[in-house]
Amino acid sequence: MPSNPGDVILFVILSALTVAGGLAAVLLRNVVHCALALTGAFIGLALLFLRLDAQFAGFAQILVYVGAVAILVVFAILLTRSSETPATGVFSKTWLAGLVVAAAVFAVLAWAVLQSEPALPHAPGEPQVSVMQIGNALMGQYVLPLEIVAVLLTAAMIGAVIVAMHEKKETAK
Amino acid sequence: MLGEGILKGLAETARNFAGSFVSKERLTTVQYPEERAPAIEASRVFPFLVYDGPEWEAGLRCVACQICEKECPPKCIYIEKSKDKKPDYVGKLQIYPARFDIDVSVCMSCQICVEVCPFEAIKMDTEFELATDDRFGGLLHDRKSLAKSNEYYHTIHPTEAAEVDARLAEEKAKVEEKARAAAAAAAAKAAEAPKSEAPKTGEGTEAQ
Amino acid sequence: MTSSFAENLDQIFVLLKHWIVALVPVPLQPLVGAVLSVAAIIVVFATLFAIAVLMERKGLGRMQNRYGPNRVGPLGILQPAADGIKALIKEDVVPYNADHVVHFLAPIVLVVVVFMGYAVLPIGRNMTFVPMDAGLLFYFAMGASAELSVFMAGWSSRNKYSMLGAMRAIAQMISYEIPLLMTSVIVVMMTGSLSLDKIAEVQNQYTWGLPHWFVFTPMGFAAFVMFAIAATAETNRSPFDLPEGESEIIAGYFTEYSGFKFAEFFLGEYVAMLSISGLGATLFLGGWSAPLEVLNVVPSWFWFVVKIMTAMCVFIWMRGTLPRLRQDQLMNFAWKFVLPMTLLDLMVAGLWRFMGEGILRWVVCSAILLAAYVIGGRAGMKREQFGPRSYRYAE
Repeated sequence: MPSNPGDVILFVILSALTVAGGLAAVLLRNVVHCALALTGAFIGLALLFLRLDAQFAGFAQILVYVGAVAILVVFAILLTRSSETPATGVFSKTWLAGLVVAAAVFAVLAWAVLQSEPALPHAPGEPQVSVMQIGNALMGQYVLPLEIVAVLLTAAMIGAVIVAMHEKKETAK
Repeated sequence: MLGEGILKGLAETARNFAGSFVSKERLTTVQYPEERAPAIEASRVFPFLVYDGPEWEAGLRCVACQICEKECPPKCIYIEKSKDKKPDYVGKLQIYPARFDIDVSVCMSCQICVEVCPFEAIKMDTEFELATDDRFGGLLHDRKSLAKSNEYYHTIHPTEAAEVDARLAEEKAKVEEKARAAAAAAAAKAAEAPKSEAPKTGEGTEAQ
Repeated sequence: MTSSFAENLDQIFVLLKHWIVALVPVPLQPLVGAVLSVAAIIVVFATLFAIAVLMERKGLGRMQNRYGPNRVGPLGILQPAADGIKALIKEDVVPYNADHVVHFLAPIVLVVVVFMGYAVLPIGRNMTFVPMDAGLLFYFAMGASAELSVFMAGWSSRNKYSMLGAMRAIAQMISYEIPLLMTSVIVVMMTGSLSLDKIAEVQNQYTWGLPHWFVFTPMGFAAFVMFAIAATAETNRSPFDLPEGESEIIAGYFTEYSGFKFAEFFLGEYVAMLSISGLGATLFLGGWSAPLEVLNVVPSWFWFVVKIMTAMCVFIWMRGTLPRLRQDQLMNFAWKFVLPMTLLDLMVAGLWRFMGEGILRWVVCSAILLAAYVIGGRAGMKREQFGPRSYRYAE
């Protein structure tokens, strides 16, 4: 049972915000409005993390998703031509298959979450995982995945630079 | 790119900042309604009509030749000629403008009217505080408000006014010289005529 | 326990808040406490904004050898009030084709996000609104969200110039966010905590009367200089104010805003400047600690405000002195000079930590940083050869 009704109300509001943002991101006509609704969904998710006292995860979510990924999405929309509103409707013809797949994924996720122990709501106390513990884990136990991810990011950046430079060499000929 | 240029610039602005409190002559602006910046001689804003002597109607130099009206690019001058004549600065009888209107909102201060006037009658004024709250009548200046004295012209454009006066005085001197020469010739003729009248009356009638 | 007059003065706002909250019944107390702190922050920083605007106009005027505004009130001190009234009574013109919802939301998002940053700044001893474990991260999260409002403003105006200004502004803000974050990481490395209160407390120790501010260490000084540059670029302030370039693209991303919405953008920019000065003061200049040990009798919140206003004066001074940087010069500077220097600084901070105490680590670290600066500067001074221009066209 939840410890106080305020907690429940907070959870309802935050999840409504997230779900509404997600729905708006697929249902709105104007693509940039969809991107902004997606940003709203990101913020809702970050607030949900904060409600669970995962401070680092919540703030990193805002910093990375809202501060970088949303901007990236928006730039990508603008630098291509799809900033005009689409003439046709936004519903695709294969919506029934999509619904079935989405329901299947939801069922799998719900089963996985309910199977694990911390699914039951409990009063959030001291932060279970502090930033120092995350840092220690990253540098100690998980240092190899960290370095591999860093190499991957570097490769992606170099690839992007080469793709851009290659275009310049072509047009300069 | 070691940053010393930035530091020099910062020092310069700091010197400006401190200096502006200490020395008043460093400041480049004036407190407008209380003080005015000194006017430059060659500045121009809006034309005015010059008159010689104490009375503006009698001394107005303009003879309503309408050249400035025709040359004005935005056509802001409106002139109506008078029916009678008045003597000008050399004494010759000239017509004068019965109406001479210039619209401030149309005039573009190009000074073409001044350049084409053959009688040195219209010159550029430096007064700029012509704002009024009457949007239509207040912006149309008639000949009474446009007429300003030659002494005023001397105060705003001293060198120009001195040149103009010199030229007009020359013209006047020439005209007077001619008049005197004509009068002397006429007097000489009149003096000759009675002398040679007695012997030859026929010559007198021929000489007429 | 007897507390001296100086200590009471130092904690006067905290004591006031406790006294007011105690007057309210227990269930409402957290709410009233929070509302009180929020109201205090908004009032104080809006007043500092008014003072900053006045200082800017008069200061810029004096630097340009003229008086600033001096008609409204004695010496012009009521000028911000006149500006505020003017902004409120101006007609709010929204273009017909503009996206009204997003156009309306953009200044609101900016102001909200910018004021949220104040929640973690330690304005005095025990005077942080929400003392968070990951306070620094929260601050940067809020700063990153401000870029979204810039984009919303530029795009919703449906104006080529606004869009261009917004793109430039976002590119600039993103590029300079990395040096901003990395220089803060140097401070975090030296402290061992992301919490801004702890960072301010650590700097509150004194040796021979001089404080342990991070700006007095070699890598702290380099980090402070780079933080200042990045902070100037983040708030779109001269010499990095190309996005709002008043002489080039009229007003950039807030061209189509008039009246109170423009005032909100203006407010957002200045409040962001105050906020990032506050962060810089906390990270490098010791937050609320006094410069000399003897000066601890003066309250801590007074020192914080003094440091913020000094930083504002430096911002204004730079605006009056430096010409605007072009967009490519700006980006070159960020990626090719500031970022490598920041990375080097990080390594030097690690070196500092692993060398023992003593004079050696001061000498070695200062030497490395100075050498890198001089070499980097010399390399940057070689002008690139201008050959025939090559053009890249968007396909």
